[in-house]
Amino acid sequence: MLNYDIVIIGAGPAGLAAAVEAKKGGVDNILVIDRDRELGGILQQCIHNGFGLHEFKEELTGPEYAERFIQQLINLDIEYKLNTMVLDITQDKVVHAINMEDGYMTIKAKAIILAMGCRERARGAIAIPGTRPAGIFTAGTAQRYINMEGYMVGKNVFVLGSGDIGLIMARRLTLEGARVSAVAEIMPYSGGLTRNLVQCLDDYNIPLLLSHTIVDIQGKDRIEGVVVSKVDNNRKPIPGTERYYECDALLLSVGLIPENELSKSAGIEIDQMTNGPIVNESMESTVEGIFACGNVVHVHDLVDYVSQESRQAGSNAAKYVKDMLIRKGTTLKTKPGDGISYIVPQIIRTDNLEKHLDVFMRVKDVYSNSKLVVKVDGVSVREIKKKHMTPGEMERIKLDFKLLKDINDSVISIEVEREVV
Amino acid sequence: MYDITIIGAGIIGTSIARELSKYKLKIALIDRENDVANGTTKANTAIIHAGFDATPGTKMARFNVQGNVMFDKLCEDLDVEFKRIGSLVIGFNEEDMEELQNLYDRGIENGVPGMEIIGHKRVKELEPNISDNVTGALYAPTAGVIGPWELAIALAENAIENGVELLLNHEVKDIQKNQEGYELFTNNRVLSTKYIINCSGVYSDYINEMIAKPTFKINPRRGQYFVLDKSVGNLVNTVVFQCPTKLGKGILVSPTIHGNILVGPDAEDLDDKENLSTTEDRLKYIKEIAKLSVEEIPYHMTITTFAGIRAEPSTGDFIIEEAEDAKGFINVAGIKSPGLTSSPAIARYVVDLVGKIVGNLEEKDDFNPKRRKLIRFNLLSQKEKEKIIKDNPKFGKIICRCEHITEGEIVDIIKRKAGATTVDGVKRRARPGAGRCQGGFCGPRVVEILARELGKEMDEIQKDRIGSYILTEKTNKGNNSMKEEELELFPI
Repeated sequence: MLNYDIVIIGAGPAGLAAAVEAKKGGVDNILVIDRDRELGGILQQCIHNGFGLHEFKEELTGPEYAERFIQQLINLDIEYKLNTMVLDITQDKVVHAINMEDGYMTIKAKAIILAMGCRERARGAIAIPGTRPAGIFTAGTAQRYINMEGYMVGKNVFVLGSGDIGLIMARRLTLEGARVSAVAEIMPYSGGLTRNLVQCLDDYNIPLLLSHTIVDIQGKDRIEGVVVSKVDNNRKPIPGTERYYECDALLLSVGLIPENELSKSAGIEIDQMTNGPIVNESMESTVEGIFACGNVVHVHDLVDYVSQESRQAGSNAAKYVKDMLIRKGTTLKTKPGDGISYIVPQIIRTDNLEKHLDVFMRVKDVYSNSKLVVKVDGVSVREIKKKHMTPGEMERIKLDFKLLKDINDSVISIEVEREVV
Repeated sequence: MYDITIIGAGIIGTSIARELSKYKLKIALIDRENDVANGTTKANTAIIHAGFDATPGTKMARFNVQGNVMFDKLCEDLDVEFKRIGSLVIGFNEEDMEELQNLYDRGIENGVPGMEIIGHKRVKELEPNISDNVTGALYAPTAGVIGPWELAIALAENAIENGVELLLNHEVKDIQKNQEGYELFTNNRVLSTKYIINCSGVYSDYINEMIAKPTFKINPRRGQYFVLDKSVGNLVNTVVFQCPTKLGKGILVSPTIHGNILVGPDAEDLDDKENLSTTEDRLKYIKEIAKLSVEEIPYHMTITTFAGIRAEPSTGDFIIEEAEDAKGFINVAGIKSPGLTSSPAIARYVVDLVGKIVGNLEEKDDFNPKRRKLIRFNLLSQKEKEKIIKDNPKFGKIICRCEHITEGEIVDIIKRKAGATTVDGVKRRARPGAGRCQGGFCGPRVVEILARELGKEMDEIQKDRIGSYILTEKTNKGNNSMKEEELELFPI
């Protein structure tokens, strides 16, 4: 059996930032494991720019952003294994993994950081009726074919779902000479960032059909077209609004699911709203010494926030290894109130807080001129005005340490309040 | 000149080919598709039925019961996963309970062993998630689940090992009689054969009419299904049917051999033999009916929906006979449910029939009933995993993250006889892409491995049937064959 202080699973932006920070936190014996053939995770296929505005105050491409962290990892001499698949994690922190060189490995870790990211929701999960031809891709798979393998997936493309990858791919396909007829979104608002709507659709005259969905897929061997229908307020197709779009490829950008099969096998409790591990202020899961960060915890809108959150996980895992995390003391819970779909972290042990705590959340609907109200046991303690909030963009608020000390067993809820104009 | 040509490499054609490969015969197994098991065999309920359903005295009843018994040995020889998990036909009222008694009596007459009628309490013990409204059930312990395409692929592989020639991409366009037998005109070439066995599924009437008078029709009957993720777990432990007097005759909830949950099928008569679309109204109907059996089915865990076409015979029973007006032309047609269960018994019966037509069949001395075992990495113990990676490092490389399928397994199933040449062909044999992400991650990797092992370009690899291409062309950057004058336009 191999022994490490910290084993980090996943070498995407989350794993890299966590590894670097853990090392800076004074732990030397670290191993990063990734199933892909290079470091950087999904960033390596995101060749568009727009990464790093918060983190580096400049606009980088995905591979450039990844490279900054990879360089730090290498400079800090952190050990990593690529093409390595983790098969299982046990509750007592033994990692079972395989690769071609080392064969079957069992690795005992003092702390584990889960940074496996997320996967795309596939056609089956949204059960679109019709035939099952070739030419239907999740947006990320199409991105891999085009940007990594150098192959086109179609010439006349329809996109279902307005998640960021779908929007980015609508532009990418256009630049590669394909025609993108439209992007359909079942919700009355886009699931992607506003800047992507402008830069990827508007700038290329690609229509965004809000409150629309696909009701039939046609084509025997290769997709030939889709029937698109308007939907009502309950997201049910409205008969008579059907319109046929000819296409030779359909891209799906219909949501991301944190990849938590390993977390479950380790006995970690999963939040039904985030589909990720329940974590505390230190990004530690419900299993002591197993931390989690990035899209495995909740799907982020910007990679910059993934890096930020993962540094937390890395530095706290280091503290844990050095027995500096406080396990007892006052504990608070967070609870999403009206208009909020989830809050991370779900648990706060105030004794581990220094100055303030970053709390991430998503709203359930589009809100203008509203405010986020923080309540402790139902009593409002802070209000933050928000000009515009949308489910496609994460909200972040800093909770001051002073606000949280001297309360125990309390529930901190955050809710949306519409401002009366 | 072939002695026997079998048209159609579905479960029936492959079963017959393998059974006939025990004898000294020159056999061709031909199919219009680019893979075996690419018709009804790949899209059905995947159940090995106990045999109480068919009317006593029919071929269906006889071959169902005979066939059921043969699966243990067959699956052991061919290394195909098969589990006798038993089935329940559940009733909700007195009328249903009478019908269950009828089914029981019919089962006894058909020779089905081990059946019991059990009460509410026993049903709930066996199946805690079944509706509380259940009054009782007919329990048949001999029912089972299997991967039908996996069995057909294994049968084809073993038949080839024993001398059968598999000719894929051969679509029969016409059949003509000649002095020694028949000429088969395909899109590919002309084959001469002494005898023909027509196992062409929904098209068997069409093939029959190329050479014989139309004595039967095959009507396509579509059925739709949901497949739920493995993590749903033990929603049900047995194959759960509803009592056939209920509205939802035939809609079942069952585990699959791979641990998923299958819900369906409905039954809808169509004119189109190729219409494999799923439709919102039928899927909704299936949900409504299945709800009677199991109230809480987690459809949000659906990984895919699909449709299959059953070959519904106009005669109401299996058609297994020599055409009256075409000597040596044997129809094996209308093999709808319980066709999969009946397949080994049908194959045996057809061999006898061939024996009678040909005269004595001479057995081979060197027939090998065993197929080389498949490697299923995720089912190995830690020790076995350690060893196999040491022996072949390709088993240390996971390609499918959801099902833990290794590159070693994928290369193996490409290189076998009747091996995979398409992405879905790989999926049917080794299951990458059959998991929750449905090939999102492993799709590109599988395309890459297929291209490498088959010596093709990635954009030549098909998803499934011919025409189901995945990639259209190289991107501008991916295409490195820019001419010099073009390069000048892009000065460095």
